[in-house]
Amino acid sequence: MIVGGIDVGGKNVHVVIMKDGEMLAKGDSPTGIQKAEAAERLYDEVLEQASLKRADVERVVATGSASKRAAFAQGMIPDAAADARGVIRLISSARTIIDVGAEEGRAIKASPEGKVLDFAINEKCAAGTGTFVEAMARALEISVEDMARISLESTRSIPMNAQCAVFGESEVVSLIHAKTEKRDIARAVHDAIAGRIASVARIVGLEKDVVVIGGMARNVGFVESLRKEIGMDVVVPDDPDFVGALGAAAAATAGVLEEEVEAKVVEKEKYEEGKA
Amino acid sequence: MKAFFGFKDGSGDWFVIIDTDRCSGCGKCAEACPSNVLQVGEDEYDPFNEEPVASVREEERKKIRYSCAPCQPGYGETPTPCITACEPGAISHSEGWKLMYGRQ
Amino acid sequence: MAEEAKKEEYWRWPEGGWVNPDGDWKKGKTITAGVDVGSVSSQAVVAVDGELYAFSNTRTGSDSPDSAWKCMNMALEGSDLTVDNIDYCIGTGYGRVNVPMAQRTITEIACHARGANFMYGPEVRTVMDMGGQDCKAINCDDRGKVLNFMMNDKCAAGTGRGMEVFADLIRVPVWEIGPRSFQIEAEPEMISSTCVVFAKTEVVGLLEEGVLENDIMAAYCAAMAHRIMELLNRLGVQEKFVITGGIAKNEGVVKRLEEELGIKTAERVWYKPEYRSYPFDTQIAGGLGAALFAEAMLSRGKVKSVRKA
Repeated sequence: MIVGGIDVGGKNVHVVIMKDGEMLAKGDSPTGIQKAEAAERLYDEVLEQASLKRADVERVVATGSASKRAAFAQGMIPDAAADARGVIRLISSARTIIDVGAEEGRAIKASPEGKVLDFAINEKCAAGTGTFVEAMARALEISVEDMARISLESTRSIPMNAQCAVFGESEVVSLIHAKTEKRDIARAVHDAIAGRIASVARIVGLEKDVVVIGGMARNVGFVESLRKEIGMDVVVPDDPDFVGALGAAAAATAGVLEEEVEAKVVEKEKYEEGKA
Repeated sequence: MKAFFGFKDGSGDWFVIIDTDRCSGCGKCAEACPSNVLQVGEDEYDPFNEEPVASVREEERKKIRYSCAPCQPGYGETPTPCITACEPGAISHSEGWKLMYGRQ
Repeated sequence: MAEEAKKEEYWRWPEGGWVNPDGDWKKGKTITAGVDVGSVSSQAVVAVDGELYAFSNTRTGSDSPDSAWKCMNMALEGSDLTVDNIDYCIGTGYGRVNVPMAQRTITEIACHARGANFMYGPEVRTVMDMGGQDCKAINCDDRGKVLNFMMNDKCAAGTGRGMEVFADLIRVPVWEIGPRSFQIEAEPEMISSTCVVFAKTEVVGLLEEGVLENDIMAAYCAAMAHRIMELLNRLGVQEKFVITGGIAKNEGVVKRLEEELGIKTAERVWYKPEYRSYPFDTQIAGGLGAALFAEAMLSRGKVKSVRKA
């Protein structure tokens, strides 16, 4: 059986095509403004890579903050459900999943079967997301990759005062003016975000194994800061940013076209109502 | 005076609210707080008040969301240690934690 | 171009001082001062027996003590009064601990309430100060005593900085945003993201979709007004309602806020009839409040004069 999983995130789209539990092809591209078009285009590209046509695919399940834009998908599952399914496929010992993307950070407590037992999110504020790190890298005038690398060379821990990404940029600029080493600033940025993510993770409880996924899992500086912050080892799977799409494909394989993540999803809707 | 310490951002309202008219300045909240968020001292917002009052330490105000989260304000099975410790009932939390992390 | 426009914005309000032409400090008993060192602007206010004598408004430099001296000197320019003649000086604002000529500090929350009470009159119940890097909402009584307050300096949304980031992004000078936000056919849907960083992404999307610039400005002003309203509602807003700080000058935000709240902001005129010819600068509320506190503390014997000459 050939299935597809697509994760339409705030910043990037990820697609995986699987056949009988084996990965056939995968690809990613920026989401951009025209999210629906980006999703369609990438899906077709990945299919072409695998020399397949849309008709060859039995089921496609979408996930991600803009999953509704993948009109060709037959089903949609919440991000947390996709994360749990995807991670458990790769690392069956995972119990706590930390997913930090461009626009959201979340922590999930997963059952050995890949069910979401509990989850907490950090959203609608860039302070606890990959966007924060990108903004700070821009202020440092280096790439996110370089910032990650040099932060590992830092020998000095300095606090970052600003929580907001906008104020954080000014703080980074003043640190540069004060002749602070770039590597120490880089570490301060990663420590700050790791602290916020760890607080969110503590809400669901930190239990071994802790697995980090999402775009930020590729950031070695952040992962190291997180490791120090929680005082536990963390596991980063290969292609950590494809885990959501992989989980969606796993759901497609299992015939799950809809999944409820109890407790917090309900609360999130209530939260929206409460705000309105 | 109701002093709102904390912030509101895209994700919600994150405030520790201290009613200084009720606060006796006893300091039990500060002792009870596991995150060392609270302090007792001079009333910074009323220079003519001679009595000490509780407040949130300055460096905690921008990260109160994270500092207070372990105690599950507004949604935990038991009230937070600061609220339990405060006899006059001067401390409360805004709904951010409950709405974001609470269960029914 | 956008860079220049942004820099120019900082200088939109004129730096300068004012000395009361009818005042004679030598006849006064107590001379007090308040120095408010904010993140963007600094003000010094001098009061003689609790009446306004001189003030200045300047841009804050990178060094707080220098900024305090700069604004104090500017306030005293055109008067033969010197710092040595001042009985008591109080520092306030973000940089209050670094005001060299001050004997003590008081938070800007307390000072803003006190100052607004003096400027707009005892009917003032809610003061909203929208600073460059924070916003404060204060409820106060008829004596200018703080009843409730909230201060938010964690998040850039709803601050002057949030508007600057937006102005920079769409390459329109800040002062054009208010007027242009009304040159629209119909009120658009507001920007949905509260977070300034995410709002930027949303705005880029709208620009790429070809939405008219003026509509985007309206959408952003509406979002900011809505955000301020949410903050105010948390605390409760009552008339007389006063809005101070940089955003107060952006009618695109203020008018939309008034509409959402169903409450008008108070007219910017001195409460005391004999003050009506004096310049009215909303930014001096904090410094004025500090100078008035200094006077009250001296007269109550709570502090002693440090006057040298």
